[in-house]
Amino acid sequence: MAIEVKNIRKQFGDFTALGDVNLRVADGELMALLGPSGSGKTTLLRIIAGLEQADGGQVFIDGREANRLHVKERNVGFVFQHYALFKHMTVFENVAFGLRVRPRALRHSKAEIEHRVMALLSLVHLDKFYDRYPSQLSGGQRQRVALARSLAVEPKLLLLDEPFGALDAKVRKELRRWLRRLHDDIHITSIFVTHDQEEAMEVSDRVVVMNHGKIEQVGTPEEVYHQPTNGFVYDFLGNYNEFAGWRDDNGEVHLAEDDIWESSISSAPPSVVAGIKSGWMTRYPEIMGAIRRVVPGLALPHETPSNSTAKSRSKTRSSPLSERGTPVRVFARPHEMFVATTPDDAHEYIPVTVGHINPAGALAKIEMERKNGVILQAEIPKTIIDSLAIKRGDSIFVRPKNVRVFE
Amino acid sequence: MQRKAGNPSITEPLPVRALLMLAAIGYIGILVILPLAAVFSEALRQGIDAYFVALHEPNAIYAIHLTLLVAAIAVPANLIFGICASWAIAKFEFTGKRLLITFIDLPFSVSPVISGLIYILLFGAHSALGQWLADHDIQIVFAVPGLVIATIFVTFPFVARELIPLMQEQGIEEEEAAIMLGANGFRTFMSVTLPNIKWGLLYGVLLCNARAMGEFGAVSVVSGHIRGETNTIPLHVEILYNEYNFVAAFAVASILTILAVVTLLLKTIIEIKYAREIQAQ
Repeated sequence: MAIEVKNIRKQFGDFTALGDVNLRVADGELMALLGPSGSGKTTLLRIIAGLEQADGGQVFIDGREANRLHVKERNVGFVFQHYALFKHMTVFENVAFGLRVRPRALRHSKAEIEHRVMALLSLVHLDKFYDRYPSQLSGGQRQRVALARSLAVEPKLLLLDEPFGALDAKVRKELRRWLRRLHDDIHITSIFVTHDQEEAMEVSDRVVVMNHGKIEQVGTPEEVYHQPTNGFVYDFLGNYNEFAGWRDDNGEVHLAEDDIWESSISSAPPSVVAGIKSGWMTRYPEIMGAIRRVVPGLALPHETPSNSTAKSRSKTRSSPLSERGTPVRVFARPHEMFVATTPDDAHEYIPVTVGHINPAGALAKIEMERKNGVILQAEIPKTIIDSLAIKRGDSIFVRPKNVRVFE
Repeated sequence: MQRKAGNPSITEPLPVRALLMLAAIGYIGILVILPLAAVFSEALRQGIDAYFVALHEPNAIYAIHLTLLVAAIAVPANLIFGICASWAIAKFEFTGKRLLITFIDLPFSVSPVISGLIYILLFGAHSALGQWLADHDIQIVFAVPGLVIATIFVTFPFVARELIPLMQEQGIEEEEAAIMLGANGFRTFMSVTLPNIKWGLLYGVLLCNARAMGEFGAVSVVSGHIRGETNTIPLHVEILYNEYNFVAAFAVASILTILAVVTLLLKTIIEIKYAREIQAQ
């Protein structure tokens, strides 16, 4: 069942939960609504379900305008974050509820209901627990009951509101995989809300990234991760290191030293980084707007040691970023960082002190502190860490291998 | 986990503890247990036969019937009102919600005598409404309807006050789930909401009932004390006492006392069951 959302708006008092949202979900698609809390993703889901009334705009379910349709008539299954199981009913009764409340004419026989409930329970691997109460089940089991319950009424559309949000990490991963497989088996159009980017990436066909009641980007996990349309999407989809910089008239992007950064962009939140204490300054060839590119190695200032550059550099160092060009934000993912114990002549590095090293996995996660106190993160193959013998407290050198630039 | 109070490093020294316990027990003993015992000893002063004779007196039997009748109307009425009000307050957002909560509390803060007087002024012969009622031969004050209305007014916070926090805490997710599964409003209420609130509801009903049977102030004002017509148990006790008919007064009073003790017992049982169920979740 295809879903179309047109110009949906929703206010809660002064707070704009959704501002003019448009979205299409194709038949049989598994789509993730991803965003931080307050981004409007749950509100959008509840409007599609009919649990919430939009202030304006339309929802089309299978081409039919659903605004006037009662929840009962939408044929939608809904899974709640906190399961919302009926506490006083057994697992069997919970799953059977949707079948038992049907109007008499549409209701199945008792034997038929029993057969279908048990089939659903075996689908979620809970057939042995049919006579338990929800309080006797673990969180993961409860959520599977909730899923079976929502599937019992044979919905054409399945909506899941942070379905794994209340579960611990391991169970969450299992259930994620299980949901993906289930979807591959029954091909029901599904939309699920999550604030966990990894979950969205792992499970969905397409991801809708939302922020402040607006859709920032819609695309496959591949697209939103590797071709983010703006800084927010990049920011939200993974860890990153951020550097301040500016774009000059020739379209070249430069990283800023931190004394300039701090004196010029005072409006930036203090947690947002940047600048390079060592006088490290590098030019990036032009990067078109928000499009990613690979920088094989950072160009060295001393590769072009003309007097004029040296002069202009000393001049620019004291002037604010906005006077030198367009201020930009330069990002690099932790796995796009390169570390060395000694700086080599071909590149410039940021000198850092090694903080915590998390060695779990093939990639070791390293926290490094810059001279200005900013923390950088790097994910480096364990073998490299071992061969360089890097440990906590060491002074090492780091540079981004690959950056993205947003204004 | 609840800690036992035996840890010497955090508890008070023995003399302080003993003093506190003595004060509490003495207070309860003098103010509650002693009078309770007095009721029964006074009632049985002239033997068990005199006790039953006093209870078999027609006016006493009428008072007991009337009290049961008033409670039988007031309690279900407040049960329905309490569920409606707490449902509205806990599950919907609307303007005037705070005002409604304040009004629900009103009978707790207004003296029962005042509330009785309000009904006299409202329905009495001197008001326009009272005139209209008299013209249509409907008697409210100094009659059973007046007793029922006054009792409903005084006891209506009990159920609502018990249910509002309970329903607010439970939220509306289960109801939403039921509706998403195709249940209609009535079905949702019967098979989802009601089972979730049943203990709180029972508790509220019990308190409401205890107060409805024992109410004196408001009922006293609207009743007019017509013996065998508008006298409930508490009013009848007062009349007997004022006539120096102590055995009969205490015998009838003992009925109310027994009702109170039974209520207390049921309340305790419900509390224990309720706590178990909460723990099981």
